[in-house]
This record gives sequence, structure tokens and C-alpha cells, in this order.
Amino acid sequence: MTQVSHDFEHAAVKALGNQQLRTNFRRVMTGLMAKRAAQFPDQDELQALRSRGASIKDRALAKLPELLVQLEQNLTANGIQVHWAETVEEGNKIILDILKKASARSIIKGKSMVSEEMHFNHFLEENGVAALESDLGEYIIQLAGEGPSHIVMPAIHKNKGEIGKLFQEKIDGQGFTDDPDELTAAARRVLRQMFANADAGFSGVNYAAADTGSLVLMSNEGNGRMSTHLPKLHIALMGVEKVIERLEDAAPLISLACRSATGQAITTYVNIISGPRKAGEKDGPKEVHLVLLDNGRTKIYNDPELRVGLRCIRCAACMNHCPVYTRIGGHAYQYTYPGPIGEILNPQMQGIEKAGDVLHASSLCGRCSEVCPVKIPLHELIVRLRRESIRPSGNSVKGGGSRNSSTENVIWFGWKTMYASPLLYRWGTWWLRKIGNLMPSSMPLLKQWTSVRTKPQFASRSIYDLARERGIRDE
Amino acid sequence: MIWLVKGASAMSNARSAILERLRKAPKKPIPDLAPWTPYATTTESAKDRFCRLMKGVNGQIVETTRADLVATLRQVLTDKQAKNLLYAPNTDIGRTLDAAWATEPGPQLVAYDKPIEDMKAVMVNDIDAGITSTMGAIADTGSLIVWPSADEPRLMSLVPPIHIAVLESSKMFDSFPEAVAKLSWNKKPPGNTLLISGPSKTADIEGILCYGVHGPKQLVILFITD
Amino acid sequence: MSKNPLPGLPDTVYYFPTCLVDLFYPEAGMAGIELLQRAGTKVVMPGQQSCCGQPARNCGYYEEARAVARTQLAAFPKNWPIVVPSGSCAGMMKTHYPELFKGMPELPEVQAFCDRVYELTSFLVHVMKIKLVDKGEPVKVTWHGSCHSMREMGVVEEPKDLLRSLSNVTLVEADYEKECCGFGGTFSVRLPEISAAMVTDKINNIAATGATQVVSGDMGCMMNISGAMKKAKTPVKGRHIAEFLLERIGRGDA
Repeated sequence: MTQVSHDFEHAAVKALGNQQLRTNFRRVMTGLMAKRAAQFPDQDELQALRSRGASIKDRALAKLPELLVQLEQNLTANGIQVHWAETVEEGNKIILDILKKASARSIIKGKSMVSEEMHFNHFLEENGVAALESDLGEYIIQLAGEGPSHIVMPAIHKNKGEIGKLFQEKIDGQGFTDDPDELTAAARRVLRQMFANADAGFSGVNYAAADTGSLVLMSNEGNGRMSTHLPKLHIALMGVEKVIERLEDAAPLISLACRSATGQAITTYVNIISGPRKAGEKDGPKEVHLVLLDNGRTKIYNDPELRVGLRCIRCAACMNHCPVYTRIGGHAYQYTYPGPIGEILNPQMQGIEKAGDVLHASSLCGRCSEVCPVKIPLHELIVRLRRESIRPSGNSVKGGGSRNSSTENVIWFGWKTMYASPLLYRWGTWWLRKIGNLMPSSMPLLKQWTSVRTKPQFASRSIYDLARERGIRDE
Repeated sequence: MIWLVKGASAMSNARSAILERLRKAPKKPIPDLAPWTPYATTTESAKDRFCRLMKGVNGQIVETTRADLVATLRQVLTDKQAKNLLYAPNTDIGRTLDAAWATEPGPQLVAYDKPIEDMKAVMVNDIDAGITSTMGAIADTGSLIVWPSADEPRLMSLVPPIHIAVLESSKMFDSFPEAVAKLSWNKKPPGNTLLISGPSKTADIEGILCYGVHGPKQLVILFITD
Repeated sequence: MSKNPLPGLPDTVYYFPTCLVDLFYPEAGMAGIELLQRAGTKVVMPGQQSCCGQPARNCGYYEEARAVARTQLAAFPKNWPIVVPSGSCAGMMKTHYPELFKGMPELPEVQAFCDRVYELTSFLVHVMKIKLVDKGEPVKVTWHGSCHSMREMGVVEEPKDLLRSLSNVTLVEADYEKECCGFGGTFSVRLPEISAAMVTDKINNIAATGATQVVSGDMGCMMNISGAMKKAKTPVKGRHIAEFLLERIGRGDA
């Protein structure tokens, strides 16, 4: 019997008790929800755009193997070298080999959630390469030795005072300030030198256009451009599901992602890379590599229903709107991705036995699905994975069935027996009305319920009896 | 070289394994693209929309004419107290500046005419402002289209703290797809092409907006309207 | 989703009270019946029904949910609308029964059943076109938007329109009125601490409006919110909207 982890609940309870975390997240998530709403005043336009985005992604997914081959062909013709990795180990090794071949001892990074999947920074440090985060939020958490708590704003759990203290501690010659502009200027100063001196640059990829062989990278700060224009070597890393058919298909996706995520029309920079430095050009990397990573995506792809989760454009709207995420923050989710998309991806990538406890971290309120720019039915996929966790359908999901519990099986068997039979239902509820109110608050289930509520009171009469008395027909 | 062969075949194994799994997966129908028209329901003009969006993110727009371009630029450089200006000599703007500065000097013109490796220290530390051309702009998102080239390299619009961009109003596109079509952007695009939609910014600290992170703190658009 | 696909007012409707109403709040259920009658339709409530099956389905126990669903499917044989005083249970039947029976021969029958399912307030507004005359004393109320009502049944403005149509009722919007109350069925006992945090915020926001009552179209939510308010001694009463509306227009002859 595989060891089933319950780390999530412990982490969630701890986070709930952290008042500063609660306040930070509540304030910022509320702001982000309002910003998104302000970007979509016209519901018809929003729904049309969502449909467009979903259809672009579904087309690309339906043609995925052909598009990957076409992408590889066009990237190669453009002078970009393409590598394939099934696992994070393979991916890390490929990148390390490229760096070693180029005698690179340092690599400056634009933000990449896929690199978090790979525990990339840690791997490189262990192998003698310094991995430097340049996105302000990632830089902050790197200084603090933490992981990201949100996929777009990684340091959102920290106050400016905390960041001020962190900078004072970790940056030579930096005094204390909690003024965001001054903190930003300090980071700019430090990172500017790192950009200039790094042996290599690293980035994720928002969209890879198969028709032109281009990598499309979005960034507000300019660090994505710095990392990919300045150093002589650029390595890009991408999940295999990020390819799109045509360059212009990026436009609706960019519009959806930016307006849904941070309430802006577009990011400051959209950086479209279609090749390394050509002869006669004065800047740009002389070598550009793309690493395509699987890490469980092809398994997700194999299930037609779960495949829809691969539409994700990593905008974070789902977690911004999630009433659970806003109260526990991103670290509680234990693995790479937090929030509703994390509840879909982490169990599938890590296996349900390890990461499946997060599947019940949802009241199924459905707000995530409502705001997902590419119409992923997130809360429905969560239920699908709950089903897989107790009764796997074939080999669809890693660790399927690992959360099957005989206690719960008995409970639902009993429930079904009573509720499927009108006679047993009447009989069973008759008894509940008689003795239900005598049940002590300390018994299982009632104990959890009454931690913050009074016991529900069973009514003395059934509605069917009341109705009959008041002359309501039953057929 | 066994390690080379091993490495190469491990990778082609990954490639074939990945593609095989994808090809063996259940087929789903290929949907049509759902219809979409950018900002279809608004009534503002493309120019007004572009200016509104750009100003909304602290972009600065200075309207001028072809004849007044140099004078406008001089004024901007004075206002910003720029002591030098990074420029690309082998472009229309570059030639115009060289001619104008020859008759009436201004802040020092620094040519980006060597590979970055030979210009790094100057670029990263000593430049106050840089000027580039643009291929046009996109009204839907309030974006400049910048296509770096051998003559006008990538870092010109990124490293200097002030980026001055010359935009001709005749090159205003409604949307990115329109620009892609009209500029033949999808036919062998240059190695780097960019959309620039304001000065560099972040909200990573408590969600508070700060400008000038790694890219320019100021974006000034010289908007030629004739 | 079509709000009123019926040609004119129905002569008779079925009523699905829900298991929570039957067990804990039968008077709320009866209020829904009486509102329908006052709006001008006859009501039939079959005895062979029990529960929509949602709790099992949400936990992944599809076979069990399906078995219980079959009992409901068999209990409403005539082609009358099925009105449900719960967006959550209505949503389960309308949007998830087709999923439960996907690929099965019963599916067309199931789909026909689903097409007849309506949430109560939406039915009163769009089909019955009910007109309410307020006979009560002035009162300040606030509203909780149940997740499934809003997101599965598309019912957002209807309950508030009904409340606003009452001349002596002041409707105040609570902060985060559309945010989940933390019930989520078994979620409230599986992750009780998170659920507790959500309901605590919800009742604080309700109390901050200064309203003396909070109404909702879902007794699951209301059981959660009322229970929390009682424990915290919050001076606000929680009601099902049907009970509240009936009280305002004055109970008719039984």
C-alpha cells in the first residue's frame, strides 16, 4: 500500500493561522479580481475571446505531435537547437551539458515555472553553476531561500518591510528602506551587473509558434529581454503543450492572459525570438537552445477529458479567484503549482499518493472555471481526479486508486442503499429524526462541523408528512 | 566518442517516445477557430486608443511632424537632462541626427556600431537615453512594434534608462494579427521582433506598481502625425 | 441556458424539496410550495424521491450517485417542470446527470429529465412571472449568492430582483457576497479549518451590513451560515429566500 501523504492539511492549517499571510493575500487577490473585472466590462467580448482562446489551444492540442515536429523543423532552420526531455532528470542533464560545453559557470534566469518543476536552480548549484533569478519577485524569494507562492507574483506573501530587511541583510552596501521604488532601484542595480556578466541566459516560453519557428516571451520588467539578448548563450525551456499553430494566434492568448492575470492590456514586452545573432548583428545570443519537456504531460494528453487541462496558459486567474488559495497562500500546496491549476497538475505529475490530498482542497465553488481564460472546467477536473483517486479508470492517472479507503467505501455504500430505495429513505430518515439530535458533538464529522457551528437540528416532521397534511398531492 | 553517441541517442529516444505517446493517444476533432474581432465594440479611433493605452502605463507621447522631429527630440533631451544619446548611425534617423548635430551640436551621440561585447560597460552604466525607429504600432494593446536589425540592435530599446521611439501615425495597425499580415511577419521573421507597450514595470512588491525595473524607466514616443 | 422554454404558464409542476430540506428545514420547503401555488400553479411532490446524489458524485463515488439518481429519474414520470428550492441540487440534476449517464443507453431519457429541472427563484421570476406585494414591516436584509445557483444554474439577479421588488425591504450588499461560504458539502468536514475560515469571513461580512436577516436560495449554505452565526452569537437570522418572501407577502389560507 503506497504511502499516502497528508502534508497539505498540516500546511494549510499552519497558513490559516498566519495573520500576515492572510492579510497580504486577501488584499492582493481582491485587488487582482477587481483589476480583471475592470478589463472585461463587456461580457459578450469576454466570452467571445475565451472561446477563441480555447479553440486556439484545442486546435494546437489536437495537432500536437505534428505541430511539435513542424516547430522543431522551423526552429532548426532558424538556427535554434532543439532538445527533447521526457523527465526532469533528462532535462536538467541536457541543460547542464549545454552549459558545460560553453564553459558557462553562471546563468541568469527569466521567470519559468517549468524550471521549478525541475528543481533547476538546486540542480545547477549542486553541479557548480550559479543560477541567478532576475525577475524581481523570484530574486526576492531566492534571497530568502523560498519557493514561489504565486505563479505570476512569486513574492506576494512578503511585506515591503520584510523585503527591505532581506535586502539590507543580503545586498552589500544596502541600508534599510521599505519604499518599493527604492527597493526596485536596488534590485535593478544589482541585477544589471549580473546581466552583464552572466555566461548564459535562461527563459521559459509563453507560446512557441510552429509556423514561424518562434519563441514568444512575455515580461513586464525587461529581465526576460535582458536574459535573452545580453549573454552569449540562451537556453529556453518549455512544456510540450505550449506550442501554437501560428504566430498571430498568440494575440488572443496574450490578451486573455494579461487581462485575466494582472488586469493589464498586455505585458510591457512581448519578445519574439526567431533565431540567434546573425552575421553582422551586434547583440543577441550566438547560441539559442530550446528544451522541450514532457514530465507527465503526454500522460495527461492521453486522457481526452484530462487533456483539457493542458490548455492552461499559466495566467493565475484561477488562484486569484479561489477562496481557498486566498486563505492559505501558495506554499501550502506543497508542489510546483498552487491553486486550482495546482490541484489538477500536481497530483497528475507527482502521483495521487503523494500529491492527492490537495484534491479535497476545494469546495467546488466553480469560480476558477468561470474566470479561466481558456475555459478549462477546473472544478470538474478536480472531481474527475477525486474519482481517479478512489477508482482508477485504467492507467489514466499516476497513483490512481491510492486514496481508496474502506471506511469511506462503506459509508457511501450505506448512503446509496438508503437513498436509492424510497422505502429505506423514509425509514432511515424517520430514525434520524428520532435520535439524530441526541448525537454528541464529539462524534466524528459532527466534531469537525461544530468546531465553528452549532449542530444542525433534525426536524421533528418530514416534509412529505407536512405536505400530505396540507393537501399537497404526491402524483 | 561513446558519451556523444549515448547522449544523442538518449535524446532521440526521448523525442520518439514523446511523439509516439502523442500519436497513439485518442484523437479529438480539430475545432474551428471561434470568431474574434479585437476591440470590436469600442468607437474610439485607433490613434486615440493607442495613445490612451500608452499614456495609461506612463508612456509619454509627444506629437510632432517630420519637419519638426529633430527640434522635438532636442527639447525632449533637454527636458530629460540627457547628456548623451545612443543611436544607430546607419539608419534614416541616424543619418538625420548626424546631419543635424553637424550644424548644431546637442548631447553627445554615441553610436551603437560595435558588438555588445565591446560596448558593455558603456551601455550598461553610461548611457542616458537611446533612440530607435519603429515598424509601427498596434492600437488594440497600445504597443510599439520594434524590429531590431544589424543596424539597430536589440539592446537599444532596453538598456538605456530612457527609450525614445519614433512612430509614424500612418503605420498604426488595429491588432497584432493585422500587423502580422501587413508586415509579412510570419514569413521568415527577423531573429528578434518586439512589442513594447510602455516603460518597464513590476508589481512584485505587495502588488504596488513601480517603474524602471530592468528595462527603461521612461518611454518617450515621438509621434509623427503628418 | 433557456430561462423560459415553456409555452405559457404551466398548469402543474413537480417539486423536489431536497434531502436537506426534508431532514432539517421542512418549513422552508413548504414555503416554496406555497409560493408556487400563490403564483398560480398546482404542485405535486412525489413520495418516491430522496436526494439528487450530489455528495457521492462530488467525492468521486459515481456508481453510488448513479444508483440514487435512477430513483429520482423514476419519481417524476409526467412531463411537468421539476422545481427545486436549491441551486445546488438543481445544478446537480441539470448539469451533472448527463455526465453520470454519459455513453449509457439511458442518456436520452436522462437528458429529457434534465431539461425539465428549474431552480425555484428563477422559475418564479421567468416562468411564473410572480408579482409580490410587501405586507411586512420595514426590514434590512442581505443576500448570499450560492455558488452552484450562480455558476451552474446561472441564477444571479433573480433572487435580488425578488427582494428589491418588496417595497419595505432594504437590500444591502455584503462584501464578497458572491464568495463561497465554505460549505462545499463534505469539504466542510474534510478540511474543516479552511471551511471554518471561509464561513467566519462570510458571517463577519454579513454582520457588517447591519442587516437583521440574511437570505439564500440554498439550505446547504444556510445550514452552514446559520450554524456559524448561532455559535458566534451574531445578531442576524438566516432564512431560505422562499420563507422570507412568503412571510413578506403574508401567508395565505393553508
